[in-house]
Amino acid sequence: MTTVEASAGGGPVLGTRLRRREDGALLTGESRFVADLAVPGALHLALVRSPHALARIVDVDVSGALAMPGVVAAFSGADLRDEWAGPLPCGWPVTAEMKQPAHLPLAVERACYVGDAVAVVVATSEYAAHDAADAVTVTYEPLPAVVDLEQALTDEVVVHPELGTNVAYTWELAPDDAAVDAAFASAAHVVDARYVQQRLIPAAMEPRGVLVVPEPFGGSFTVYSATQIPHILRVMLALTAGVPETDLRVVAPAVGGGFGSKLNVYAEEVLALALARRLRRPVRWIEERTENAQATIQGRGQIQHVELAADAEGKVTAVRVRLTADMGAYLQLVTPGIPLLGAFLYSGVYDVPAYSFRCTSVFTTATPTDAYRGAGRPEATYAIERAMDTLARRVGVAPEEIRRRNFIGPDAFPYTSVAGLVYDSGNYAGALDRCLALAGYDALRAEQQRRRAAGGTRQLGIGISSYFEMCGLAPSRVLASLNYTAGGWEAASVRILPTGKVEVVTGTSPHGQGHETSWAMIVADRLGISPDDVDVIHSDTARAPYGLDTYGSRSLAVGGTAVAMATDRVVDKARRLAAHQLEVAEEDLELAGGVFAVRGSPDRTMALAAVAFEAFTAHDLPDGMEPNLEASCHFDPPNFTFPFGTHLAVVELDTDTGKVSLVAYHAVDDCGVQVNPMIVEGQVHGGVVQGAAQALWEEAAYDTEGNLLSATLMDYLVPSAAEVPSITTASTVTPSPTNVLGVKGVGEAGTIGAAPAVINAVVDALSPFGIEDIAMPASPQRVWRAIEDARRRGTHPTSTAATDDTTTQATSTKET
Amino acid sequence: MRRIEVDVNGSRHVRHVDERRLLSDFLRHDLGLRGTKVGCEHGVCGACTVLLDGAAVRSCLLLAVQVDGCRVDTVEGLAGPEGLHPLQEALHRHHGLQCGYCTAGILMTAVEMAGEAGPHSVEEIKQRLSGHICRCTGYAGIVAALSEVVGS
Repeated sequence: MTTVEASAGGGPVLGTRLRRREDGALLTGESRFVADLAVPGALHLALVRSPHALARIVDVDVSGALAMPGVVAAFSGADLRDEWAGPLPCGWPVTAEMKQPAHLPLAVERACYVGDAVAVVVATSEYAAHDAADAVTVTYEPLPAVVDLEQALTDEVVVHPELGTNVAYTWELAPDDAAVDAAFASAAHVVDARYVQQRLIPAAMEPRGVLVVPEPFGGSFTVYSATQIPHILRVMLALTAGVPETDLRVVAPAVGGGFGSKLNVYAEEVLALALARRLRRPVRWIEERTENAQATIQGRGQIQHVELAADAEGKVTAVRVRLTADMGAYLQLVTPGIPLLGAFLYSGVYDVPAYSFRCTSVFTTATPTDAYRGAGRPEATYAIERAMDTLARRVGVAPEEIRRRNFIGPDAFPYTSVAGLVYDSGNYAGALDRCLALAGYDALRAEQQRRRAAGGTRQLGIGISSYFEMCGLAPSRVLASLNYTAGGWEAASVRILPTGKVEVVTGTSPHGQGHETSWAMIVADRLGISPDDVDVIHSDTARAPYGLDTYGSRSLAVGGTAVAMATDRVVDKARRLAAHQLEVAEEDLELAGGVFAVRGSPDRTMALAAVAFEAFTAHDLPDGMEPNLEASCHFDPPNFTFPFGTHLAVVELDTDTGKVSLVAYHAVDDCGVQVNPMIVEGQVHGGVVQGAAQALWEEAAYDTEGNLLSATLMDYLVPSAAEVPSITTASTVTPSPTNVLGVKGVGEAGTIGAAPAVINAVVDALSPFGIEDIAMPASPQRVWRAIEDARRRGTHPTSTAATDDTTTQATSTKET
Repeated sequence: MRRIEVDVNGSRHVRHVDERRLLSDFLRHDLGLRGTKVGCEHGVCGACTVLLDGAAVRSCLLLAVQVDGCRVDTVEGLAGPEGLHPLQEALHRHHGLQCGYCTAGILMTAVEMAGEAGPHSVEEIKQRLSGHICRCTGYAGIVAALSEVVGS
């Protein structure tokens, strides 16, 4: 492999901008993603998918496919019904009464969304498989679709007749409804808003893919999958396909992004395993982009009814939320739990005394929803941050002022929220102040006023969002109380090899986050050695047997902490051994620069590498000590972590065309202690762009018959570099008290903060028209129509034909 | 099947290919050059970008038979025994990649730009990058890296 720039050796490493060790192989093309794995004799799968949103499967005729060259086999759902030991798993039955439809890897009786797989073809090449899939004849009896959430609630069309209703479950968090009612009864100001969280397509650049290789002797299988969750997948494949867990090795090779979409157990993974078992041949399936849009989970899909009660000064006295959540056609791995991840957060960073949340989750004839970057938390943050801006207008104060009047104070931590969470640490006003200073807020407002006074067509909007989130999933007992069927711990092992090199085994499974670099930094920092001497092993259940994988901004706060704690345990053992051989008391030894030295006798030392070699030879160990330097940690966090920050977006809005340009973005994030600020910034940048994309561009749009209209990247508008402004980032550091590293997590923060900041900016630009809300994405057509409607109502300022060519110059500075 | 003769990264390859075989599949599966990634197969994401006689093209929108007699350059041809290409170095330095799936395509567009008369303004760089989708980085590191090498 081509080597990349040598990393820092010696000296403090934690908190430095160490370049990523992952980069070399990715830059040269040597990294291997699933589709790059060449296994001789592998067969290729192609799926036949329903073109109907809801249809009875009358007949599946695969004979045409079987007659085609290169075709080895072809199966309908009925043909494979006996292959399954269980249905595709849903791991989060949020209530005991939750309705759960049967969900098999291939539909047998009914297809329930466009893209639902009904048959599979196995052939010797990808081309032959796809040709033959077209030759499978499926006879459908199409049924009416139901895509609109509120229409689904009427049960006029029931997606799964055996369930009798489209309502999957209702769930509430309403500690004291009487207090909420009283707050509204006596409120000086009320906000009553309805927000729609449109469906989004996660659109990782690497489509999904799976390759299952049966071992030539014996009955075991190696499953290579483009997944975020090799460990969970192994358990679920065992349960679904009926293969003993001991016969399954799951490997996530290089994985090209996930954003939650690869946090799942998919039909194709189970199918590939079952067909490899049945045919005794390696089997491979690689997703096409349109399949990725239709048959990989989508995100969001909620209608939020949000009410705030406030006193005359704008102090919020109650928050009431009524949520309708779109499950899609089936319950995937954690589909039902997504609204719950937001349920506790609708009071935001504000000191709110009364709270009520109710959620109704419904089935529709659309692609199943599930976790997408932020998963429940962007939705909650959007609702409260949008509503706070509306409240500011009601009260007649600036958006930053309404927030200051309601923030939980920096001295209030740990803070027990009305929803029952204990926020670990925070300084919300500090992040707001920092962000306003960073953005040059007063000058921006002055420029906005100047443009409004001039009356041109290019108006400025400035939007703020003071977000927080709950991540570091999660204390297992809390997950149990929410009916989640797994724990939230993470595992790590650290071993110092006889030569002094260190191997770290982690249960996290990175797909772009740079865990190899960051985990090596954590270990190197604690041992006082170079990160180059630390190897990080992950994403292979044969080499890293324990883990709960990567999602929910949990990897550093839970997995990184496990690595740190395992390292400390190894050091403890090494210290005992070194003390024994140096004939001093353990407490007289200090570890610095990878060497134990006797306090007060600096010439009496023993390097860690020497200790490791002694542990390996085991010639002279203290009585009762076992050989080798190795320790493990299975860390179950005592609480979530609560990152926070304030983001500020500046948009330029063309009042003639409705076009919104994001011209500047300023983000102040506090994710606790930073292991590698370069990686933190990268996460913030990417996250902000995804959040801004929900606000301005992206929508998984369906027609009333349930056809996905944005099933290609021509139609689904993932932003390019040309749409993205320079993003200025800065951070405050408020360590989390819940883990030894003081870290919180940052993978989702940008996405959570961005959408409300951008829409608040758009609405701010539209406020002279009397417009209080705009649906996402704020497309030119939507914005133009809102302006036209306002003009017709006569609630607009006098517009002039003059063109204002002034643009805001975005600058990129980084400070920490 | 048609016989084609292609110069890929300076090596001559003579192969018989199906007329309908995509250039991306030819490079990846017939020649084993899997550094070129396939992200959408409809010419939008740019992950499969390679150089055809020096010009950046989508290898998912070309047939292998169309490049008969041409020179193709892929990401595998960039780094040499002396180390990474300056553009690879720059992306590494500026954290211009996370999952790395889009990186090979972006590099090839950047190589095309590096071969042109420069320097390129930041706006130009962003416009040229608009043929590529990166879902991870938000583009900041990529724009910074390209600006350093091909910018003013």
